[in-house]
Amino acid sequence: MAKECRRPKALTDTPFHYCPGCTHGIVHRLVAEAIDHLGIREKTVGIAPVGCAVFAYNYFNTDMLEAAHGRAPAVATGMKRVRPDNIVFTYQGDGDLSSIGCAEITHAANRGENITVIFINNAVYGMTGGQMAPTTLLGQVTTTSPYGRDPKDSGYPLHMAELLATTRGAAYIERVSAHDVPHIRKAGQAIEKAFRYQMEGKGFSMIEVLSTCPTNWGMTPVQAMQWVKDEMVAQYPLGVYKDLGEKEA
Amino acid sequence: MAKILMKGAEAIAEAAIEAGCQAYFGYPITPQNEVPEYFAKRMPKLGRTFLQAESELASINMVYGAASAGVRVMTSSSSPGIALMQEGISYLAASRLPCVIANFMRGGPGLGGIQPSQADYFQATRGGGNGDYYLVVYAPATLQEMCDLTKEAFDVAEQYRLPVMILADGTLGQMMEPVELGNYVPRTKADMTWAATGFQGGKPRSIINSLYIQPEELEERCLAMFDTYREIQAHEIRVEEFHVEGAQLIVGAYGTMARIVKSVIMQLDQAGGPKVGLVRPITLWPFPQEAFAKAAAQESVQAVLSVEMSMGQMVEDIRLAVNGRKPVSFFGRTGGMIPTAKEVREQILALCNGGKE
Ligand SMILES: Cc1ncc(C[n+]2csc(CCOP(=O)(O)OP(=O)(O)O)c2C)c(N)n1
Ligand code: SF4
Repeated sequence: MAKECRRPKALTDTPFHYCPGCTHGIVHRLVAEAIDHLGIREKTVGIAPVGCAVFAYNYFNTDMLEAAHGRAPAVATGMKRVRPDNIVFTYQGDGDLSSIGCAEITHAANRGENITVIFINNAVYGMTGGQMAPTTLLGQVTTTSPYGRDPKDSGYPLHMAELLATTRGAAYIERVSAHDVPHIRKAGQAIEKAFRYQMEGKGFSMIEVLSTCPTNWGMTPVQAMQWVKDEMVAQYPLGVYKDLGEKEA
Repeated sequence: MAKILMKGAEAIAEAAIEAGCQAYFGYPITPQNEVPEYFAKRMPKLGRTFLQAESELASINMVYGAASAGVRVMTSSSSPGIALMQEGISYLAASRLPCVIANFMRGGPGLGGIQPSQADYFQATRGGGNGDYYLVVYAPATLQEMCDLTKEAFDVAEQYRLPVMILADGTLGQMMEPVELGNYVPRTKADMTWAATGFQGGKPRSIINSLYIQPEELEERCLAMFDTYREIQAHEIRVEEFHVEGAQLIVGAYGTMARIVKSVIMQLDQAGGPKVGLVRPITLWPFPQEAFAKAAAQESVQAVLSVEMSMGQMVEDIRLAVNGRKPVSFFGRTGGMIPTAKEVREQILALCNGGKE
């Protein structure tokens, strides 16, 4: 069977502003493909973060809100509670979700808000120029950890998938990676499943995607993909951390 | 409908429900805990949304989400909680989202105290968060007025697409008074097609946003907001004038403080004392400048006095309005202390005739 390759309907034709080798664009496409495939574009409301994906409202061809830094899960809660028939997703970076917005994401998960969260973990603050994030690896050099992240000063990489999987409200938490084609395929399946769970009313789901930031890592796109594979996957094991499946629908 | 005796914090919630408030998000803080408690009881029975948020930061952002959907939504808090909401209030104003926020002010700064105060006037009337914006700010003096203004606040918020604040001091949350509900006459329903509800019905894509990276675009956006503010200044100013004509002294006061001032004026009147007038702003923003300017311009007027439960905040707006035509002085108590009628009377008499009645 011939396969067609075309822009998903859930993406506008605005060109992405992302740097070469940045996986934000890939994940945008995976989200859009999931929305198309499930036929939910007309009722989807997306929530953009503050971070490199701040302009996501220009890219997703759905109704879109722009939230304050870290507050997307609270905004999503407000939207979903008053419009339960809409499909609501947030798209957040690791500074946004795991640092400034740690309270909002934790409580949205714990309440089992019936929303879908796409979490881009690239181990730095991309937009502001590569500062340390809670997810930065030990020893990793960033502009605010110029001698490498030292746990004595800055603690340890925060594992959001593991953390949120401990909340009883969360229905589905998986960590995937965008560093090569097989993993991107798998990421796409996880994202689609997360949206499907929302349609089925199963509750909160979050897909953490290990991602690149070649610009702030000071790497070529190829080196960055390799670094995700070698370093990030070792620190952040891939897999399903929680899946209530059909059990507690 | 007959009048019923209600506590302020409950009355405001019931008024909001009558106005069609579909969702309330809040976080406990004294002296207004009865607001979320009342909504918690009532909303599920009406099939509407009540949610206790994890913080005021979360509440105001939940308000942002629900307001984006085009439904009537409200939050309430008291001073420290309202301070925490300022980020979200700025985003709501910038994204032109209607909502109602009630602040039952308590003493500050910092954690302050839990007794009534009016020390958040600057914050409320100057936007409060970052950037160029205003809120419509109502200052009720009675529970009936608080109920009526709350209902109107939802209409005004939708008509002009902005957050509206009910700025009440803690007294109004805790006191009981008879109120009449069930008399809501809504304004013409505003156009809500901008709301983000998905494409259902083939409407154009909605983007609710406050980011404009090109300065020209951001300036244009602010200018449009200020066109709206001018329209509000032209149509929505509310003020009560009491015994102003021919007065020797004009007192400016709002909310609970205005009730005390009014009672002193009536006492003086009965005792054949000096003629004193009260100008009571009902909207703190837009501020009733004209009313103060006109009252102070009367030949009979020798001085203007602002009486507040703060170290003197509204007095600055009164000075701007009076614009040097007459001397403007201030009297107030702060930290949760309420100026007594006796103290107010002494201040008034000192200004009128050197302290003699
Ligand atoms: C309240 C607030 N604090 C700080 C900022 C500045 N800021 C903008 S983006 C950003 C970090 C974003 O990093 P991340 O969430 O990891 O996303 P990425 O850019 O890596 O995709 C920060 C700190 C802001 N916009 N608002
Ligand atoms: S700075 Fe990093 S995260 Fe941002 S677009 Fe560039 S590569 Fe992507």
